[in-house]
Amino acid sequence: MPDERRITMVTGGPILVEGPVEITLDDGQVVRSDRFVVALCACRRSKTYPFCDTSHRPKHRRGET
Amino acid sequence: MGHLPRPRGPISEGIISALSGGALPSAGVTDPFGEDLQLSLYVCYELHYQGFSGVDSGWEWDPDLLRLRLDLERVFLGALRDGVPGGDDVEAAIDELMTDAPGGVSHFLEDKGELWHLREYVAHRSIYHQKEADPHAWVIPRLTGQAKASVVAVEFDEYGGGQGSAMHSALFCDLMRGLDLDDSYLAWLDDVPAPMLAVVNLMSMFGLHRSLRGALVGHFAAAEITSSPSAARMTRALDRLGVEETVFFTEHVEADAVHEQVMRRDVIGDLLRREPELTADVVFGLQATDLVEGRFAAHLLGAWDAGRTSLREAADAR
Repeated sequence: MPDERRITMVTGGPILVEGPVEITLDDGQVVRSDRFVVALCACRRSKTYPFCDTSHRPKHRRGET
Repeated sequence: MGHLPRPRGPISEGIISALSGGALPSAGVTDPFGEDLQLSLYVCYELHYQGFSGVDSGWEWDPDLLRLRLDLERVFLGALRDGVPGGDDVEAAIDELMTDAPGGVSHFLEDKGELWHLREYVAHRSIYHQKEADPHAWVIPRLTGQAKASVVAVEFDEYGGGQGSAMHSALFCDLMRGLDLDDSYLAWLDDVPAPMLAVVNLMSMFGLHRSLRGALVGHFAAAEITSSPSAARMTRALDRLGVEETVFFTEHVEADAVHEQVMRRDVIGDLLRREPELTADVVFGLQATDLVEGRFAAHLLGAWDAGRTSLREAADAR
């Protein structure tokens, strides 16, 4: 029995999954990544969805408007 | 391997002539961010990477040259330490890098860059990306446990996951050829001014000194944290300019979003659990990277805003 696959939820950031992974999107499209860790977008802002592109980050430095 | 560059002052002239058979100079007093010191360090460090054609590889461990290099490193390292706020708050130092303030080079290229700006930027960066990931490989034997395993995993990605043609250095050469730039090793060294030399010298210095392993890890994290959003803008800049060879940047958008998380959690996190006394060095590495990148960006944008080339030679990026 192999070890359980490790998934890490990053607060305010992506979901980290040990790769390789195959992901089925809502429309049936299947995407793959063989990276050792895959960062999945959880904020839905990524332009490379379902993969994280760091769009979850705040746009301004703290204290700026 | 590259060819020896042309000297830019008395120290680099002495070193370059010594590598061709002359006597070594002494360091003397010099501008830590100036052309002479930065080219001198770049030449000394290159002996540990690919070397130079026609230069005996024994120079890598020549004690007199190493002594001179150490004198130059003390000047450079001292200026870096003086130029950053320091402290021991890693999270705050990371937060400083997380926000995507406009006004950077990739913003310029995305919004209004012309093809000659893009070609100059790529020519500058080539003196790092042709050896992408190499300076960071030196930290591996200085780490243990999860931090070591995770740096190796990130480096495996940087080196194309075992495929030579997918190494990031190879993807960068593809980009250079797509822009009709000479992609032979260090072809642009003579044209690249001190601000970009300093970006690479920082990594080489941190990588070669075990005593600076915390700074190397901080630097590596800073590079991964800032790379993804900037690579996304570069992809849009290339699209707008009709450049088809975009893989180098699209790969970095996705890869570095992962590497950022791995560097923060599994490398910095694990390293500082094992060696908490390295905290200030990690902060220094994060901040010093921001300092040299900021100086490089200011140089580029200053030249471009004045309508001038940012390279040392005539603007016709070959």
